[in-house]
Amino acid sequence: MTATMDPRPHVRTALDVARLFARDADPTRTANLDEHEDRLGPLPLAVYPNRPGRQRLIDTVARAGLRGRGGAGFPTGEKLAAVAAGKGRAVVVANGCEGDPTSAKDQALLARSPHLVLDGIALAAHAVGAREAILCVHRDSPLIDVVYAALHERDRDTVAVEVVEVPDRYVASEASALVNFLNNGDARPTTTRPSVRGVRGRPTLVDNVETLAHIALVARFGDAWFREAGTPDSPGTLLVTVGGAVNRPGVYEIEAGLPLSDALELAGGESEALAAVQIGGLGGSWLPIDDAAELPLAHETCRDVGIPLGVAALVALPARACGIAETARILRHLADESAGQCGPCMFGLPAVADDMEALAYGDGSVSGQLHRRLGVIPGRGACSHPDGAVRLAVTALHTFADDVAAHAHGEPCHAAQGPFWTPLRIPA
Amino acid sequence: MSTLRLDPIMCHAHGLCAELLPELVELDEWGYPLLDPDEVPPELEAAAKRAAAACPTLALKLERSVVPVPAPREAGRPSGALSLPRHG
Repeated sequence: MTATMDPRPHVRTALDVARLFARDADPTRTANLDEHEDRLGPLPLAVYPNRPGRQRLIDTVARAGLRGRGGAGFPTGEKLAAVAAGKGRAVVVANGCEGDPTSAKDQALLARSPHLVLDGIALAAHAVGAREAILCVHRDSPLIDVVYAALHERDRDTVAVEVVEVPDRYVASEASALVNFLNNGDARPTTTRPSVRGVRGRPTLVDNVETLAHIALVARFGDAWFREAGTPDSPGTLLVTVGGAVNRPGVYEIEAGLPLSDALELAGGESEALAAVQIGGLGGSWLPIDDAAELPLAHETCRDVGIPLGVAALVALPARACGIAETARILRHLADESAGQCGPCMFGLPAVADDMEALAYGDGSVSGQLHRRLGVIPGRGACSHPDGAVRLAVTALHTFADDVAAHAHGEPCHAAQGPFWTPLRIPA
Repeated sequence: MSTLRLDPIMCHAHGLCAELLPELVELDEWGYPLLDPDEVPPELEAAAKRAAAACPTLALKLERSVVPVPAPREAGRPSGALSLPRHG
């Protein structure tokens, strides 16, 4: 490449963005360090020297409006500032565990662009004054070799990166659970905030690996460039995992704000007539396809229709499936995945799963009990696992109201034996 | 003014809180407390303190609502307004 060429990855159209992934790259290949630096330039640590440089980096990320890509969408600049201001030397934890089986984006990112994530770790560590970082991936993941190979290529990093394997449990990738695991091997959520008391009691920045990759881009190309894509409240691009009844399930990079139907088109379009879409993972929401199609995939537009964007994962549910049976199966899984610490989760989720199964099998008498239970569970756990399960159940009752009515009159579900469409296990 | 708070991990559904403070605590069908989210009315403050003190796992707490904090008089001593539940 020549020195005069503008190295900044530009948005061609809303459907054709290539920031995190190289344009037209083979999705099965890992970009090595040379390819990575040829495309994006070197790690720009020297651009942000010393304490004023660190502050400028945090300010740049804040002005970019980057939101965390792990699901909650919290402003990353604020989190960096909070950890940087904490007492004691900070630690960075890069969360690449991706506990939600409907999402494969973090695995895809680490498999294709590991150096972008490692750049992000180095920059975030610099911003918060950390000298050590921990990259968490799932136990026995094939990514471990990819990550070690990438680390071996890098000899200029000033931050020590340790790779830690985390159990394949749904709640283990929740930030406080991850910190708890790193501290004492117990991968269950706690009520302490990692930004205040994290790894070994130090202020800890727990960021999703995609978030860190965006930091690496913002640090290179600036906040104005970052905002060239996306919406004012959800700037930039994001990785979306599209699954279910589509022709080419997979991970795609899109501009935030892209209508959901366009994301389905990127995945080859629907493979058969659809009834609904699950958005935001297992603890996400069901939306009827007619309401979902035009929905722009951004935090504020999803919030406006009463659902969180969460982790950007879509599962297309075909018309021949039964959303109630599908939901009952997911709820049973979420009940089994409870850490078993908080009563409303430990006892409430199995009860709700029982009710949803009864409903699918034509027992409408549980309806009142189910609604009452869904009303008392949210907000009472140490983490948001029970809240997510309840959200999925509540949106199922609304989205599949016709199925509910039919089942409530004793008509058992035609599809209760499957096939099912929502992946419940993390692909190996 | 104070508000009831619960540590959901520490709570093991002993249920004493609902016995001692039925005005502000209900139990769900599994025996776990549902707390009144509002500020504890002054006439129930003493009962709320007793309920928090009686919790076998110390999961129930009576937290002072946020009020202007007077400057601490001497270093090393917590200011009175922020000191958390004074049981009994």
